[in-house]
Amino acid sequence: MFPKGTKRKFSDSGDEPAAGGEDVNQPSSVAVRMLSSYSLQRQSLLDMSLIKLQLCHMLVEPNLCRSVLIANTVRQIQEEMTQDGTWQIMTQALSAANAAAQCSADRLVATEVLCRQTEATQGEQVLKPFPAVGSEGCPAEEEVVVEEEGEGGVTMSTVSPQAPTSYLPGTFGMDPCWEEENGEDEEEDEDSEECGSGSEEGDSDRLVEDSRTAEQVFGTFEIKNPAPSPDPALEELFSDVDASYYDLDTVLTGMQSAPKMGPYDLLESLSSHGPSPLSSSTSCRSDLNELDHIMEIIVGS
Amino acid sequence: MAECISLMSASSFNQADIISTVEFNYSGELLATGDKGGRVVIFQREQESKNRPHSRGEYNVYSTFQSHEPEFDYLKSLEIEEKINKIRWLPQQNAAHSLLSTNDKTIKLWKISQRDKRAEGYNLKDEDGRLRDPFRITSLRVPVLLPMDRMVEASPRRIFANAHTYHINSISVNSDHETYLSADDLRVNLWHLEITDRSFNIVDIKPANMEELTEVITAAECHPHQCNVFVYSSSKGTIRLCDMRAAALCDRQSKFFEEPEDPSSRSFFSEIISSISDVKFSHSGRYMMTRDYLSVKVWDLNMENRPVETYQVHEYLRSKLCSLYENDCIFDKFECCWNGADSAIMTGSYNNFFRMFDRNTRRDITLEASRENSKPRAILKARKVSTGGKRKKDEISVDSLDFNKKILHTAWHPKENVIAVAATNNLYIFQDKIN
Repeated sequence: MFPKGTKRKFSDSGDEPAAGGEDVNQPSSVAVRMLSSYSLQRQSLLDMSLIKLQLCHMLVEPNLCRSVLIANTVRQIQEEMTQDGTWQIMTQALSAANAAAQCSADRLVATEVLCRQTEATQGEQVLKPFPAVGSEGCPAEEEVVVEEEGEGGVTMSTVSPQAPTSYLPGTFGMDPCWEEENGEDEEEDEDSEECGSGSEEGDSDRLVEDSRTAEQVFGTFEIKNPAPSPDPALEELFSDVDASYYDLDTVLTGMQSAPKMGPYDLLESLSSHGPSPLSSSTSCRSDLNELDHIMEIIVGS
Repeated sequence: MAECISLMSASSFNQADIISTVEFNYSGELLATGDKGGRVVIFQREQESKNRPHSRGEYNVYSTFQSHEPEFDYLKSLEIEEKINKIRWLPQQNAAHSLLSTNDKTIKLWKISQRDKRAEGYNLKDEDGRLRDPFRITSLRVPVLLPMDRMVEASPRRIFANAHTYHINSISVNSDHETYLSADDLRVNLWHLEITDRSFNIVDIKPANMEELTEVITAAECHPHQCNVFVYSSSKGTIRLCDMRAAALCDRQSKFFEEPEDPSSRSFFSEIISSISDVKFSHSGRYMMTRDYLSVKVWDLNMENRPVETYQVHEYLRSKLCSLYENDCIFDKFECCWNGADSAIMTGSYNNFFRMFDRNTRRDITLEASRENSKPRAILKARKVSTGGKRKKDEISVDSLDFNKKILHTAWHPKENVIAVAATNNLYIFQDKIN
């Protein structure tokens, strides 16, 4: 998994990562950092790809070749995340959150959104478009503080998809998206400068998309797990979002069609009411306007 | 040694002036360019004459016309861009020249003809064109042809529309000079040049469920000599050669060209950079060349499992793929071309660089198309991108490359060492000084 010839930043710990992940602490911390750095980069690549897919959809007529290539990249990342168990971790966390806390939709969205918020911005205000979002930070048990120094020397482009089987993801906690990196934002920015936006505005833009991303990502697990009893707050939250927006078919062809259950189709499982009625391009356009409006609010323009 | 013979550009930068395709005709006398605004500009080579020995075959504007206009698809509420994606010349059959130009949805056949003589001395009408009074006509005369200022006019002779649901990326004239193919993201259609109301669908890779779509067609071309053979390339880095005699629908290929992936260089971007942006047969018909993001590969049509030659265009970008993915440059579609003798190939890169590879000597050169070093008769200097830590004088570091200045479209004269390079809204024409 680690590319050949990559300089290890932490040269004093020349020892290899512990096999089997038995010893979580010392020798494996280096590899933990590298692994989490890789996971972070992979996550950021996933986010970027999902944003691009959505932007594709917003264009006049999406370039099919580009959409297909990005969708394939997303699939590849998802497959790898499934293989190394990261996907399952997120499911478990989600269902744990469901079970533990009264299954309040607010809380559900709050944890995801806020964790991303903390990650992407430097303690910016809670967003208005998500009125149901609570104000608490990530629950402590889901938090893993990761110290990153620099970029960890692992670049996305040279990593092989073979998941490190010696690493039980459980040992280092949750998937990076749950990690709180309060003091690490600059580094995260640096880190993602290669791969993502470095500007404040870019982060804000990412924010909305990240939230959506989180919804999309977690939405797929709702398919696997039995959906919780319908919650009015949750329905209200998602009621005005166009279901077909996340339809891969729509994304790929730019044509509005009957919303089908696809790999990225989530709202139908999340919300209890049936699939949204077939919407025309105009309503999609009005949703786009709404989204623009929301983004303007975030950006503060 | 290459020297610049012409540089054409618009006076002010306008998005509509971005050149989107460049193509020499069969003799090389004419050079056509299409731009984002739907216009076609044709240049003609000046005949070298004793009077002007220094003109050295310059290309000057011959004709300009608006080929495609922006359209609106009311059904999908989407705009159809007027950008000219491809121009292909038809073989010349009479005094007029014909070409096919296409945007995303519609292909048009244009006839370009010139008039440099006019008739005078009609019997039935006078010089103004008014009919003469029959009583006044007392004698019969033969009209004479007198020279006039050359007038070039372009007229659309055929419009081939409504055959493509997706964006047309290629057109290719068949060697039978009667048919041509057009390819979009999922289908390839075969047309007869005389028939506009129907076309034959010969390749269809659209899955029943669009969500299963993982591969699209990126380019297609007819074989230069065998009118039943054509190839199409895909976004997964594969090329399929099809024989139209085998079946009406060529979904099953006759040959399948794919290079096995190098597992050590696998990354999340592997598929994207393997996507083929252009495929071109050699003039001989024995080889074909494909361009993917980082390299150009020459394939022998008789060997399917790997290319016979691979040329790295800008390997230094491999470590920058993440940034290039972020700014979308990784999706840029570069074209490639052969020289007339099939001994050299050329393709574009960033920072207005373009690369030429000599297949025999294995030498390659990087040149820059920029205003500073392209005064007429200026000699181009070889450029180099420094990849290591130490940057030599005159070298450019990877980080200072301008990724907005990309050369996607290049063309090589079919007989001589004259090349046309499109850099955004500028067209550069270079020729080999030794000639």
